[in-house]
Amino acid sequence: MLAYITRRLFYAIPILIGVNLITFALFFVVNTPDNIARLQLGVKNVTPEAIEKWKVNHGYDKPLLYNNEQDGIDTVTDTIFYTKSVKLFVFDFGVSDEGRDISHDILTRMWPSLAIAIPSLIVGLLINISLSMLLAFFRATYIDVVGVITGVVLLSISIMFYIILGQFVMSKLWHLVPISGYAEGLAGLKFLIMPVLIGVLAGIGGGTRWYRTIFLEEINRDYVRTARAKGLSELRVLFRHTLHNAMIPILTGVVIVIPTLFLGSLLTESFFGIPGLGSYTIDAIHAQDFSIVRAMVFLGSVLYIFGLILTDISYTIVDPRIRLN
Amino acid sequence: MAEFSFFDSFTMNVLWTDWLVYILLGFIMTFVLYARKHEHLRAPWRQILTRRLAMSASIVLLAFASIGILDSVHFRMAEGLKKDGSVRYSSEVTSLFEQLVLPLKKNVEKTYSAPFAIQLYAKENIELPDGSVTRDYPRLEYGGAHLDDPAVQKAGDIAQRSMMAVVMAIAFMVLITLLLAAWQARCKHSDIKSTLRVMLRGESQLPWRSMLATLFVLVMFTSFAIQLGTVYHIFGTDKVGQDVFYLTLKSIRTGLVIGTLTTLIMLPFAIMLGIMAGFFRGWVDDLVQYIYTTLSSVPDILLIAAGVLLIQVFIENNPELFPTLQHRADAKLVFLCLILGITSWTGLCRLLRGESLKLREADYIQAAQAFGVHNLKIILRHILPNTMHIVLIVVVLGFSGLVLAEAVLSYVGVGVDPSMNSWGNMINGARLEMAREPIVWWSLAAAFIFMFMLVLAANLFADAVRDAFDPRLRSS
Repeated sequence: MLAYITRRLFYAIPILIGVNLITFALFFVVNTPDNIARLQLGVKNVTPEAIEKWKVNHGYDKPLLYNNEQDGIDTVTDTIFYTKSVKLFVFDFGVSDEGRDISHDILTRMWPSLAIAIPSLIVGLLINISLSMLLAFFRATYIDVVGVITGVVLLSISIMFYIILGQFVMSKLWHLVPISGYAEGLAGLKFLIMPVLIGVLAGIGGGTRWYRTIFLEEINRDYVRTARAKGLSELRVLFRHTLHNAMIPILTGVVIVIPTLFLGSLLTESFFGIPGLGSYTIDAIHAQDFSIVRAMVFLGSVLYIFGLILTDISYTIVDPRIRLN
Repeated sequence: MAEFSFFDSFTMNVLWTDWLVYILLGFIMTFVLYARKHEHLRAPWRQILTRRLAMSASIVLLAFASIGILDSVHFRMAEGLKKDGSVRYSSEVTSLFEQLVLPLKKNVEKTYSAPFAIQLYAKENIELPDGSVTRDYPRLEYGGAHLDDPAVQKAGDIAQRSMMAVVMAIAFMVLITLLLAAWQARCKHSDIKSTLRVMLRGESQLPWRSMLATLFVLVMFTSFAIQLGTVYHIFGTDKVGQDVFYLTLKSIRTGLVIGTLTTLIMLPFAIMLGIMAGFFRGWVDDLVQYIYTTLSSVPDILLIAAGVLLIQVFIENNPELFPTLQHRADAKLVFLCLILGITSWTGLCRLLRGESLKLREADYIQAAQAFGVHNLKIILRHILPNTMHIVLIVVVLGFSGLVLAEAVLSYVGVGVDPSMNSWGNMINGARLEMAREPIVWWSLAAAFIFMFMLVLAANLFADAVRDAFDPRLRSS
C-alpha cells in the first residue's frame, strides 16, 4: 500500500507541472507583465520607471518561459515561470501582487469555507441517501414515481432561484436570519444556516436520483435474491446488504470532493458575502492577481489528486477484495 | 422611403453561431435519415416514442427549438439607396423571429412597469392640461393605451380578450386534431372517426393524448400572448422599459446555443482522443490520460474566466473583424461555448476510453485484426458506431446542466456578453431590484419560469433517451 501511494504521489508531479503551465499560459497569453503592473499601480501617474520598479520588486522582470541571455540550465530557470512555480511545490505561496501573504490568507479564509461546506456535505449526504433508500424500498410504486418526478423538477430549478428566494423569504419577509455576512465562532451560526440549507436543498434532486440508481442496480443482484430467499425482511436486506454494497459507488463520488471542500463554493460565498476561499479566487480573477490565482489553482489540483488517492484507499476499507498494487 | 423589391429589401447576415446552428441541424437531419434505415437504431427511438412524459417534453422542446431556429436567421433590412444607386442596409442585425414579434420589440416604455400595468412603476411630474403640475404615476405609452378609462374598462377588456384567446386556441386545436387524425387514418387505412377515437382514448401506440394536451397548453399560451401581449406587457417591462416577455423569448436562443453548441464543439476531440486511448493503449493511452487528468484538475471557473478575458482582448485588438455589436457578442458566445466544451469533454473522453478498452477485446474486432483490416477502418467501422449511444446519452444529459450554468456564469461576470439577451443576464440585472419597494419581481419570474420549462423538458427527454439506449441504467 505504501509503495502504491508513493508511486501515485510521483505520478502527481507531471500533472502539477502541466497544471502550472496551463495557468501560466492562460494568464500571460492575454496579459503582459506590463499590463499587470499598470493594473496594480492604478491608472493615474504611471511612469515607465514605476512599472519597471514594480516588475523588479515582484519578480516579473524576467522573460516568461525561456531566457536567451543565460547559458545552460539557466535558460529555463531564470524565467518568471520557473521562479514563480518552483516554490509552489514546497507550498511556499509567497506574497500576492498586492503584497499580502498568500499562505496566511488561505489559512484564515479556509475556515469559513469549511464551516459551510462540511455541514452541507454531511446533511446533504444523509438526506439524499435516506430519501433514495426510501424510493428504492418503494420501487415501482406510486411513491417511487412521484419521488422521481419531484427529483427531476427540483433538479431543473436553477440554484440562483433557491438562493434568491431563500434570501427573500427568510431574510426579507420573515427576518429569521441575516441576508448575508459572516462572523467568527458561535455568533456566525446564524449566517451559516441559510447557505447550508440552500446548498442541501439545491442538491436533493440530483443526489437522490443518483443514489437511487445505485441502490436499484444493487437490489437486482443475485446476493440480494439469496438474502431474500433466506427469509430476511426487506428492510434488513436494504440496510444490511444493499447499503453495504452500494458504498463503493457512493464513496467514489463523496471521497473525491472531501479535500476540495477547503476551496468552498464560489457561488454561495459570493452571494452570501462569506470571506472564504471561493470568493478569494473570484476576487483574484477579477483583480487579475496572478500570484493568488496560481496558488489557488495549484492547491486545487493538489487536493484533487489527493482526493483520487484517498478514494482508492477507501475502496480497500469497504471492499476487502480490492488490493492496491 | 424608397420601395424595394423583395430580394433587395434585406441582406442575409449569418453569424458564427448561426453557421454552427445550421451545421447542427444538418447533423440531426442526417442522423434521423440514417437511423430510420437501421433497425438497431430505430428500436430505442420507437421506445421513446411510446413514453408519455418524454413525448410531451419533446413537444415543448420543439416549441423552444423553433423559436431558437427562427431567431438564428439573421439579416439586415434595407434603409435607403446609396449615392451610386446600390441599396444601403441598416447596421442593425435583426432576425426572422424579431420580425414576427415586432410589436413586442417596439413597445418600449420609459422604465419599469408591472405585468398588465397601465401606469409606470415610478411617479413623475405630469403637466395637466390647465398648466398645473402634479406628481402621479403616468400612463404607459403602449400598455393598455387603447383604453379610455382604464379603471373601469381594464378588467372587462382582459376578460374579453382572454375569452377570445380561449376560443382561438380551441378552434386551432380542433383543426389540428382533425388534420392529425385524417393523416393517421390515411397511414393506417382506416376511417377518421375510429382513428380519432383510438387517439383520444389513449389506445394508440403513440401517446397522442399527452402530446395533444401539451400542444393545447402551448397553443393556449400563444393565443393569450397574441391577444394580450400586443396591447399589454404581460410580463411587465424592465429598467429601460423593454418588454420582459420579449427579452425572455430572445433569451431562448442563447440558452439553446450554449446547451447544444458546447457539446458539438467538444465532440470531435472527446471522441477521437477517447477511442484512440482505449484502442491503441500504451503511450497514446498514457498521454490522453495525462491530458484529461491535468485539464480536469484545473478549476473550471479559472479556465472560463481566462478564456473570456482572452476573447475580450482579442476583440479589442481586432475591431475590424467585428463590424457590429451583435458580431462581438456572437464571437464571445462561440468562445464561451468552446471554453465550456474544454471543461466538460473529459468525462465523455473517459467513458469512451473505457468502452473502447472493452470493445477491442470483443471477438469481432479480434477477427477483424486477424484478417489484417487497417486500424483506422476498425475504429470507423466497428468501434465508433458501437460507442455512439454513449455519446448520445452524454450529449443529451449535458444539455440542461449547460443551460443552468449559463445563468451562474453570467452572474459571476464571465458569461455571455452583457448586451446579449440571456436568462443569466436577466437574473443578474433583476437581482438587485428585489430590494426595491414594491419589489420588481417580474423579470426574475419570467427568466426563471422559461429557464425551468426548458431545463425540465430537456431533463425528462434525456431520461427517456438514457433509458432507451442504456438498458443497464433503466430507472425502474
